[in-house]
Amino acid sequence: MTQASFWQNQAQAPKQTLAARIGDLAGGGIMGALAVGFCILLLAIAIFGPLTNLLLWTVAEQWYFPHTFPARYGFDFWARVFHPDGNAFVSLRYSLVIAVLTVIFCLSLAIPAGYALARLALPARALILLVFLVPQAFPNIPVHINIARVFYQLDLHGTVGAVVLVHTLHGMVYAVWIATAAFGAVDKTLEEAARDIGAGPIRTFFTITLPSAMPGIIASAIFVFLESLDEFTGTYFVGAPEITTLPMLMFRAGMEGNYQVASITALVLLVPSVLFMIVVERFLRADVLAAVGR
Amino acid sequence: MAQATAFYLTGLIMNASRFSGLLLVAPAVLFIAGLFVYPLSYSFIDAFTVAGDAADAGTRFSLANFVLAFELYGDDIVFTVLIVSLSAVLIASGAILIGGYITLGTNRFLVNAVRILYRWPLFIPFIVAAQCMRTFLAKNGLMNGVLIEMGMLTPLETTGFLDWRGIVITFVWKQLPFVALLVTGAMASLDRAGIEAARDLGAGRLRILWQIVVPQVMPTLIVALVLSIVTMMSVLSVPVMISGHSPTMMTVQMAFRVNAYHDYGTANALGVISYLITGLVAWIYLRRGVAGKGGEK
Repeated sequence: MTQASFWQNQAQAPKQTLAARIGDLAGGGIMGALAVGFCILLLAIAIFGPLTNLLLWTVAEQWYFPHTFPARYGFDFWARVFHPDGNAFVSLRYSLVIAVLTVIFCLSLAIPAGYALARLALPARALILLVFLVPQAFPNIPVHINIARVFYQLDLHGTVGAVVLVHTLHGMVYAVWIATAAFGAVDKTLEEAARDIGAGPIRTFFTITLPSAMPGIIASAIFVFLESLDEFTGTYFVGAPEITTLPMLMFRAGMEGNYQVASITALVLLVPSVLFMIVVERFLRADVLAAVGR
Repeated sequence: MAQATAFYLTGLIMNASRFSGLLLVAPAVLFIAGLFVYPLSYSFIDAFTVAGDAADAGTRFSLANFVLAFELYGDDIVFTVLIVSLSAVLIASGAILIGGYITLGTNRFLVNAVRILYRWPLFIPFIVAAQCMRTFLAKNGLMNGVLIEMGMLTPLETTGFLDWRGIVITFVWKQLPFVALLVTGAMASLDRAGIEAARDLGAGRLRILWQIVVPQVMPTLIVALVLSIVTMMSVLSVPVMISGHSPTMMTVQMAFRVNAYHDYGTANALGVISYLITGLVAWIYLRRGVAGKGGEK
């Protein structure tokens, strides 16, 4: 834009704004706002329709054609799923133990790596970052098939350890990349100030760098936790039939046509996911999110 | 002299930091090598070898596995490519529209509504999404039921969506929020000056979106799409639960080949084909990535 046209535009601006503002306020006129509102309504139905369906199935005791909605509601299936001797508790315990172990193992590998990638002079840094992405860049079923075979040979197949290893492989890219971005977003001048007043590098790391990067690290821990909680394919190949995590339980119930049990298990899996979705922005600041993968 | 010593010391410290850096990264890299590269190599070896003729002849190089894979599962390969492509196009369009509306929309109420709405499926596991859709989209499922109640369909006109359409719908439902989240983030960090300037010059919002915003977030969009495409090529639960009958996705056939026949050769040949498909997509991304990085720093 030339200087002249800029000023010309400035001069015109007040005249334009009155009409334009009203239009813009309504999102392009009343009709525009209505159209956008209608689209949003469709979006809402598309998103919540299938979820409502799932919720209905969890409390449907009888639901058959031609009934649009369940013929009878009740919590009988809840009692059956959460019976103290039921499968759900075994699965829940498997899922939680595996997820916690995965987070611990994954972060113990990812925090040092993320710090080094963000702060230390590394040869081929971009290449190393890429190494963690590579498992995500390959369709993972053939890899799982072969991991399962290696685990058979090592007698690891069907153990909690095997499933933790596979889940760690899945969580690694999130953990390393988010940790790298989180360490990268820590204000360097703070670290330098700490060093100037005599703190050693290790003390600086634990008193300045790590606490500043903590929101990002927590976010990556939650990512890894959920990834493990929800993981199906890897568990299916290296853990089945011994390790029955919640997704495995859900899959089996669903394939057997037991939609109530499948839906109740699905709902249990949904709760942590939805909770995380609500709080994710608190942990993952925009500057960290924008730095992921850089 | 002092200068030389200082120079030497600096060099030493640099080397030390480089060494400790490598030491810190090493466990994570070794983990990837053991749990990914090693099994991956098996996948290539198995795909390209068959058992020798004599009982103790070991294995020999052969393309027989690929021949069998194309013969038996050629339809499934085409089916997979079509489903993933169609889903990717729908996801990209949806993400641009959602991100664009959040960035350029002026009605704060509606913008917030979209912002709160779109990300719900983000962390919902694929397997849960598949279970939701399986009952929702069925011939006698809730969707058709409600459409009949509303008088938009008669019971005779209903069709189930539990085929390729169901798979595409589930993929888009599940992956759109992920791509939209990254795209919206990239759009939010854009320099507003260009957008405001274009707006002052009287450009409409669609034109601003298409000519100013989208080109700038293209790298983010492509990364998000590549990750999404690989994810869709890796998901077993959605095709199994939505539509397991033939033709179906390659993932289902790989699992079937191993579970039913212990045929690792054909399963891995299918695996290598699926690597090649995603490799092509990733290559496009890397080319863009290199071009982008060159201009950036």
